[in-house]
Amino acid sequence: MLQLAILSTLNGILYGMLLFLLASGLTLIFSVMGVLNFAHASFYMLGAYLGFQISQLAGFWVALVAAPLLVGGLGAAIERWGLRAVHKRGHGAELLFTFGLAIVIEELVQMVWGKLPVDYRVPAALNFHAFEVLGITYPAFRVFMLLMALGIFLLLFFVLTRSRLGLIIRAALTHPEMVSMLGHDVPKVFMLVFGAGCGLAGLAGVVAGPLLVTQPSMANTLGPILFVVVVFGGLGSVPGAFIASLTIGLVQTFAVSIDYSLGDALAGIGVGRPTDGVLRDIYSVPVAQVGPLIPYLILVLVLIFRPTGLMGARET
Amino acid sequence: MRQAVAIGSMVWALFAWPMPSASAQNIKIAYIDSFSGMMADVGDVATRQLRFAIERINNQKGGVLNGRKLELVLYDNKFSAQETVLAAQKAIDAGARIITQGNGSSIAAAISDFVTKYNERHPGREVIYLNFAAIDPILTNEKCSYWHFRWDAHSDIKLQALTNYIKSNQDIKNVYLINQDYSMGQAVRKTARDMLSDKRSDIKIVGDELHPIGRISDFAPYIAKIKASGADSVITANWGSDLALLIKAAGEASLHVNWFTFYAGGNGSPTAIKQANPEPGRVFYVVDGYANLGGKEAVLLEEEFRRTNGGKSIIYPQVIEMVEMLAIAINSSKTDDPKQLANALSKMKYTTIYGDEAFFRAADHQFFQDMYVASFVPLGGEVKFDEESSGWGWKTIAKIPASDTLLPTTCKMQNHPGQ
Repeated sequence: MLQLAILSTLNGILYGMLLFLLASGLTLIFSVMGVLNFAHASFYMLGAYLGFQISQLAGFWVALVAAPLLVGGLGAAIERWGLRAVHKRGHGAELLFTFGLAIVIEELVQMVWGKLPVDYRVPAALNFHAFEVLGITYPAFRVFMLLMALGIFLLLFFVLTRSRLGLIIRAALTHPEMVSMLGHDVPKVFMLVFGAGCGLAGLAGVVAGPLLVTQPSMANTLGPILFVVVVFGGLGSVPGAFIASLTIGLVQTFAVSIDYSLGDALAGIGVGRPTDGVLRDIYSVPVAQVGPLIPYLILVLVLIFRPTGLMGARET
Repeated sequence: MRQAVAIGSMVWALFAWPMPSASAQNIKIAYIDSFSGMMADVGDVATRQLRFAIERINNQKGGVLNGRKLELVLYDNKFSAQETVLAAQKAIDAGARIITQGNGSSIAAAISDFVTKYNERHPGREVIYLNFAAIDPILTNEKCSYWHFRWDAHSDIKLQALTNYIKSNQDIKNVYLINQDYSMGQAVRKTARDMLSDKRSDIKIVGDELHPIGRISDFAPYIAKIKASGADSVITANWGSDLALLIKAAGEASLHVNWFTFYAGGNGSPTAIKQANPEPGRVFYVVDGYANLGGKEAVLLEEEFRRTNGGKSIIYPQVIEMVEMLAIAINSSKTDDPKQLANALSKMKYTTIYGDEAFFRAADHQFFQDMYVASFVPLGGEVKFDEESSGWGWKTIAKIPASDTLLPTTCKMQNHPGQ
């Protein structure tokens, strides 16, 4: 039991940190530019594929640096020549643009690398068991991912709170017109933020690719959860995104280990369960089976009761 | 004006010119399966084998019925039952009267249902459904259909074989069941419980898990549960990426148990097993045959397939048999009309590429053949072929003759057309 709890915590934190890597970029982009980037998970996928390709040619460590830069550069270019033109037409148009971008990126990936998963392996240097907890070993690569994500969080935190650039970005968050009237090049800030956000997503892809299978559907698998995290954490708040991603990561991982169902809980206080009819399934399904649904339940509850999210600065 | 007339007449000439439609002569086989998404690689494997088998018929035997070629047409159903029905309709509209599929019993049920209803409404234009891998028993029991033929032993038969082996192995005391949450996975979990309590009531079932199919990339939480339960063996009917990733996660967590599977021969699983580094002989699967059984024809076929498919192995031998038997049915009935084909197939006997005598049971259209339980061991001795260049291959542990697999059926074919 203890073993399961420890492992679930570790796995949950790891999954949460991966979500944070993605969500931090998305929340930054949304807070600064007001654009909900539907293609964010697609940049994550591009990062994974580029990481795979570059690591085939030059090794994993080169890919770790090169792929996020490439994806970030691509993101900045898309912002400069694509999004900026659409920006004038309002938020709906921007949304559709990123939606179309997501589809285009997925098809491009399939055209270049095919529809089957690619064999993106953990680098040999990290392919060992880092430590053992009550009989189960924990791979070093996962620990690396954890450290990477923590490092990024600290980096983001310090850039945003201690640097001049961070000051400008935080100001543009709530008072973009004022910032531009003070002489700062707001479009350039936007381009930088979009590029950095996509670069972060690309980094998440390079690191998660070997762990979660690198295939064209990986964007669609992670995409919806990402929105849950961003809404739950509150738009415009990186610490909020951090807490939300950890929470969702832990919830989803722990849900798998709970074999009890609603019926079991109610039986504990003496309420009988119906033996047939529609309600029987609701009572008897174990939490483990509906685990993947729980984040969406949280999303619905957040939107009803606290639309700004945990620490949000703006309404969703 | 003159330009318009010139262009117009050229276009008209192009369309009016009688084009020899080669495809009118071909017999189309529509293959509906998942070619995108998490199960895409399983669709790819089956496509290669179908193409291999069809090319053998077209090239080495000159096709069927004096020169007509078999033509494979692919339809992607994105692993959704609704898309499958649309694809089936598209296939029929394009002239196909033979539909084949294998990956996913939920999909198979949709096709079987669609084909049965279609044939009722369009007598004279019937369509036949050849199922090579969907193994929920219900397809040849409660939901059987005259127009459905299943080449793979269904999950009850496979569990019968596995549990017979488990019965004799006294080291197995705690069993964990983990399956995909859909029709076949639920059938397997129920039957496994029944069969185990029947044959070895001393075995404790320490876990019984259902997970969403084709959605999970990281099985670490499930492996943690298996470890915490103290199981020494796992029974799973997982296929495709669900099995490969499960075993991969087990390797990362250094979980050492016996694996009793249906599909450990499938894409990605041998690599995952080897990387997980178990002791030899701890991963088992139950299958109708593999090259290491040693039959001359099987060995030749395996070598030829590996040569032309980049080293991949024949994972679905029943696909090859299905195409061969289809060709025999077409030639013997001297027609490609599904009504005659169904008649011919329902009584057909066939010698498999492994030399075993196999046959279709007319009562439920289930194909019966000898089954084998094999375990994954390093190359050597009779183990001549390895899987996915891992250096390990399948070694026969037990053979279950077809006669021991003849489980009763509740099938009552409603829609049997008069002969």
